[in-house]
Amino acid sequence: MTRAQTLKFLQDYAVLILIFALMVTLTFLSDSFLTGRNLLNILNQNAPLAIMASAMTLVIISGGFDLSVAAIFAIGSVVSAWIALHINPYLGLALAPFVGLLLGCANGLAITVLKVHSFLATIATALIFKGIAIALSDGRLISVRVDEFTWLGRSKFLGVFNSVWMMTIFAIVLTFLLTRTILGRQILAVGGNEEAAILSGIRTNRVKIATFAIAGFAAGLASIITTSRVALGQASSGEGLELQAIAAVILGGTSIYGGQGAIWRSIAGVFLLALVNNGFNILSADPFYRDLTTGLIILAAVGISAVGQRR
Amino acid sequence: MTQTAHLAARDVGVRFGDIQVLSGVDLDIHPGEVHGLIGENGAGKSTLGKVLGGYYRATFGDIFVEGQRQSRWDTPTALSNGIAIMHQELQLVPALTVAQNVYLGIEDHRAGVLRNTEAARLRKLMDDSGLALEPDEITSSLTIADQQKIEILRALARDARVIVMDEPTSSLSKSEVKQLHRIMKSLRDEGRSVIYVTHFLDDVLDVCDRITVLRNGQMVHTRDRGTETKETLVSAMLGDEKAETLYPPKPIDFGAVALSVTDLRSSNGSKVESLQVRAGEIVGFAGLIGAGRSEIVRAIVGADSASGRVEVNGVAIATGNIQASTRAGLVMVPEDRRGQGLVMTLPVRANMTLPHLVEYSHGGVVSNREERTLATRLIERFSVRPAIVDGDVSNYSGGNQQKILLGKWIARNPCVLILDEPSRGVDIGAREKIHEEISRLAAEGVAILVISSELNEVLGLANKVCLIDRGQIVAEVDPNRASEADVLATLFKHQGKEECSA
Repeated sequence: MTRAQTLKFLQDYAVLILIFALMVTLTFLSDSFLTGRNLLNILNQNAPLAIMASAMTLVIISGGFDLSVAAIFAIGSVVSAWIALHINPYLGLALAPFVGLLLGCANGLAITVLKVHSFLATIATALIFKGIAIALSDGRLISVRVDEFTWLGRSKFLGVFNSVWMMTIFAIVLTFLLTRTILGRQILAVGGNEEAAILSGIRTNRVKIATFAIAGFAAGLASIITTSRVALGQASSGEGLELQAIAAVILGGTSIYGGQGAIWRSIAGVFLLALVNNGFNILSADPFYRDLTTGLIILAAVGISAVGQRR
Repeated sequence: MTQTAHLAARDVGVRFGDIQVLSGVDLDIHPGEVHGLIGENGAGKSTLGKVLGGYYRATFGDIFVEGQRQSRWDTPTALSNGIAIMHQELQLVPALTVAQNVYLGIEDHRAGVLRNTEAARLRKLMDDSGLALEPDEITSSLTIADQQKIEILRALARDARVIVMDEPTSSLSKSEVKQLHRIMKSLRDEGRSVIYVTHFLDDVLDVCDRITVLRNGQMVHTRDRGTETKETLVSAMLGDEKAETLYPPKPIDFGAVALSVTDLRSSNGSKVESLQVRAGEIVGFAGLIGAGRSEIVRAIVGADSASGRVEVNGVAIATGNIQASTRAGLVMVPEDRRGQGLVMTLPVRANMTLPHLVEYSHGGVVSNREERTLATRLIERFSVRPAIVDGDVSNYSGGNQQKILLGKWIARNPCVLILDEPSRGVDIGAREKIHEEISRLAAEGVAILVISSELNEVLGLANKVCLIDRGQIVAEVDPNRASEADVLATLFKHQGKEECSA
């Protein structure tokens, strides 16, 4: 391979190489790392974030940003717990993702109708959504300790946590959507060259609204997993998830300028971050260095992918 | 000769990723010469210019300055060795003054505090070089030609002995080009050298002392200007004896009216009282730059909102709706390939199906097989190179990108095809291919509307030419009788008239 090809390979697969290196290192450093139980736990714990990061990938490919997904997550948590408590546990679980979908549509409409950059619009809607979540829950925790509600986050199907199944299916569906459907093609086109997309007859506003709606749906889906697991609906849940999701997408190698990217990259990004956390836990290392390490890894990954884009 | 050359390249080659764009170039730039670099688009002339100026790194080969091999060759090294490059897109800070731009990075200062001597130094420099500009003027208020002077002054302020000019005339008027050529000659007379990268043969023949021809990333030869003519240059560029663009025969049989526009008024300021294009007919739009030609067709095709009546084959279609137009078979190939035409991050096949996704999908799922079949067919029809359905369009040459763009819009056999500057910035080979294709489509009964800034192209292709000024059709001429000079005279006459009445 020539130098250029090597560099391109490194850039394309930086996240997988890092994951591999980290797994090898952790295997040598600790006996408790490479066990089915530990790995399954990592997957289970990070499934909600992975679901949100998958959907965030679509938003970023289309050239947008969604900073409101954590607030949608909070509303999802409160709404699902409230409905579960007062009406029906199954209904609570079933409805929350669709509440997220509606809020995502609202985001999309705010961005396309008001013609505001998504970054700014979703900062504003995040505050609004958070406020709604606090108002709905009256600032209190909503405890739902019934099996009809907690099964989703706690039980397994064929020996694997439900959350992991949901994450896998969601990621496969979004991958199919992005790579095989009209909408996916339109998302790639809008992010790659909006003017060309418009002149090709694509209704770019609808495409953008769709990406935010999917991101909202994903936040709702992620929230029922977490809420059902802890059996607790609260307005403060999910804080910081939006930045983790964006970090994972970028870490995976999806272009921050839009037009290029893949769902598996974001899932890999989530697990790279998760492995760092897990490593600190099983090695009982000083948690002070955790954020520092995470930051350095993100910087390194972004740096590697930026090197070749200079031409 | 090598000892006396300011700048020399030995066996220089460049690779971008997997694509070899330049190889085996040997070149000497002597003191006091204007050296032309010509070739079709994609031949590597711009790349070579950028390598010489240190902007691109040569993947193989060596660069010599005054006979010294340079182990490191980048823009700062080039500059410190007296080699400056003037990019096609000027690298100026629009909000700064002329003098500030000229001395950007080499300001006179005392411990970091500017002494504001730039204007005075610039006056001295301008006296020496004969270039005149107002030092305190804000750069963004100047014409492109004047901004180029800033770039030249900037090179002179750094005591450049070789200036690489990459397509400097692409946005200049005729008189501005003349002026630039005068500047080049005076630089030459001072013993400096100019490397002139361009695709205008007349320009090269007008000003260059020696001319290097490139073809497909390889050097063909370097010869004295005296031994070259337009014909010899073209044949060297194309690789076989071939006259300059010959237009295909014009269509003669027209069918019924395919496109009919009445009382169209658009928010972009254009206005069409009445326009008809028959099936198999080619209508040309000519006008000065900024006359609003593109605006008219954008209104017709629905890219800008408009009111009025647009009929395709006698059926009225909704205005301001590109999807409806595309479905009715009325399509436009936009002028700006990179900005409006192609999505550089998508592969060839995805670009071709982008406006027709519904037709190439089942239940919202894009059919890979049908998409590939279409892409293969279009690639063959236009002989796109490299002929890869999954090819990365950003790595294709301008001519091949244009072919892909054309393919994208004729994929569904439109009945009305609007082409905005179909051969801008493409090489002669691709240009002929595109002209042939236009003629072939007309023969198949497609109604065609062509916009071009090159009058000879409009006159050479069209059955009827509409002259455009201020977003309106102001006159119609018969291209078989009118000459370029006639058309220009009419255009200027109309412009003058409007200004008087306004």
